[in-house]
Amino acid sequence: MKKVITGNHAVSFAAKSARVEVVAAYPITPQTEIVEKLSEMVASGQLKAKFINVESEHSAMAACIGASATGARSFTATSCQGLALMHEMLHWATGARLPVVMANVNRAMGPPWNIWSDQTDSLSQRDTGWLQFYCENNQEIYDTTVQLFKICEKVSLPGMIVLDAFYHSHTSEPVDIPDQSLIDGFLPRYNPEYKLDVKKPHAFGGLTSPEWYYELRYKIHKAALDAIDIIKEVGEEYGNITGRKYGLIEKYRVDDSEHLLITSGAISETAKDAIDILRKKKKNIGMVRIRTFRPFPKEDLKKILKKVNTVGVIDRNISFGNEGIFFQEIKSAIYNEKRRPAIYGFIAGLGGRDVTVDEIVKIAEDMPKRVYKKEIVWIGLKK
Amino acid sequence: MRLSIPETEIMSPGHLACQGCGATLALRYALKSLGRDTILVIPACCWSIIDGPFPYSSAGVPVFHTAFETAASTASGVNAALEIKGVDNVSVLAWAGDGGTMDIGIQALSGAVERGENIIYVCYDNEGYMNTGIQRSSSTPRGALTATTPEKSPKKGPKKNMMEIMAAHKIPYTATANIAFPEDFIAKLKKAKAIKGPKFLQIISPCPIGWKFPTQLTVKIAKLSFETCVFPLYEIEYGRYNIKKPHRKKAVKEYIKHQGRFRHLSEDEIEEMQQEIDKEWEILLKKEKVNNAETT
Repeated sequence: MKKVITGNHAVSFAAKSARVEVVAAYPITPQTEIVEKLSEMVASGQLKAKFINVESEHSAMAACIGASATGARSFTATSCQGLALMHEMLHWATGARLPVVMANVNRAMGPPWNIWSDQTDSLSQRDTGWLQFYCENNQEIYDTTVQLFKICEKVSLPGMIVLDAFYHSHTSEPVDIPDQSLIDGFLPRYNPEYKLDVKKPHAFGGLTSPEWYYELRYKIHKAALDAIDIIKEVGEEYGNITGRKYGLIEKYRVDDSEHLLITSGAISETAKDAIDILRKKKKNIGMVRIRTFRPFPKEDLKKILKKVNTVGVIDRNISFGNEGIFFQEIKSAIYNEKRRPAIYGFIAGLGGRDVTVDEIVKIAEDMPKRVYKKEIVWIGLKK
Repeated sequence: MRLSIPETEIMSPGHLACQGCGATLALRYALKSLGRDTILVIPACCWSIIDGPFPYSSAGVPVFHTAFETAASTASGVNAALEIKGVDNVSVLAWAGDGGTMDIGIQALSGAVERGENIIYVCYDNEGYMNTGIQRSSSTPRGALTATTPEKSPKKGPKKNMMEIMAAHKIPYTATANIAFPEDFIAKLKKAKAIKGPKFLQIISPCPIGWKFPTQLTVKIAKLSFETCVFPLYEIEYGRYNIKKPHRKKAVKEYIKHQGRFRHLSEDEIEEMQQEIDKEWEILLKKEKVNNAETT
């Protein structure tokens, strides 16, 4: 069934399709509608779940962790400051190997207060062990949320769906919501082997000496790497039932490209328009959209990047004193390759600044001419 | 003969507690009261260590170790999962120290009880951050020495009155307990288990290392805390106070003379302490009178 819904509601409907059992959440703009809708669904009985109105995001994640450890499929949503407050518990969910799923609406960190799109909030959680999926449109937000439960439960790691403030969260688009029977066939009930069970008492997370802690970390790392194949399998399986397949990256007109733009999130749709204009102008350029930040699609990128001469990475985020975060990761992925393209980093759209088709066309045209004196360029920066 | 304390030992020996640890007795009694159908949620506290190193556990029931400030919120999640799965015979026991309860965890605890979560929250109160090496918490009594309130600057303010904070949330059941009175503690927990909604208990658990007394005196000192009215034993059940009164109120001197943390106090300071205790005790007795008149 097709519904015209916002990105926020796409998340809510996906959580309902996934039959989440416990939702714990705290309000923050621009995420609030996700959990408002879910509380409505729970109150009306459309969704058989417990809704916990916690007093903070830190407690939201703690409650999801407690529920997940007791064998319930658990979900929350947040944004920005809320995600930062959760940081400690993000590590806890990973260490406890709990497949909590969360939606984060990318919003700029304060101060100054700003409620618009910026990826620095979620990318600051890079090393917490959470799988991170950056979405392009509301359909993908719905689809990814449903898939993420399956992926996370297979690898026993938590995962985050990331959507852009307002470009996704408050913009309505048609979204196909498959029949519940299709989703039920795709996503079995969560029934973990180990959980808090009075019939089989175990202690979880107790004091562990250096003799074993190291191995436990390796297992988390391995699970995150195993997720690469699982994301592809689950994306394929989901495609078979819905007609929409997903992988770690999306390629757009890359096959014969000499030059490449790399994007993530909502900017990607704007960039695709720019690529179409450039192609009409006979420019030999394509685009790759990164969907999964963790695990990072190293191998997929290596295969593509060895065939091109110049690459421009657009980052709606900044690691102060260094550069864009996707830019760093991409450079690092190909460092040991024999043939490497020239790579430029473009900072754009921080705090919700509009990034236009014209701006992207301009950088894509300038990039092959190697006109940039610096490795990173701030697009549209006022003097 | 009917035993006043259940004979079954759920907690096993071989745990990692210090000699003479009051908190260890506290959980031993708690589990005797609540039984095996209990899920324990333990934030950072002495019990994070006492339970035993991976892969061992001495609790005998499922344990989830969680972050310092999250005992109440994690327990809320456990409770929600049990409720959605239709499990109604299992007690969710959040088991936290005084720092995890009155300082870093107070927000999550206040939130959980305000929501009416069906959990039993027990604060085993050893009046300081004992696991990290005896630093002051908001539960440390006035005048006590700790590693962060050293001799030239002993703890200034009074011990936080957590019972009143919890009572102000209008929860069904709030009680203090004492490791020297296991029958009383066991009965209070049984009462708590039978009540649906949030329950809060604070059990005084002397710490020989932190309070600086010989390890064989743990129970004696705990008993003196009751007899001197330093730590009164009472419950507030649906607003109704029920205070257990000592037959003869002893002087605070009797309680503090065994404890190195109070060794620096002058006679005047001890007298001030006595006056403060007397005043608090009178207030408590008045509360009993006023509240019980209101609720009857």
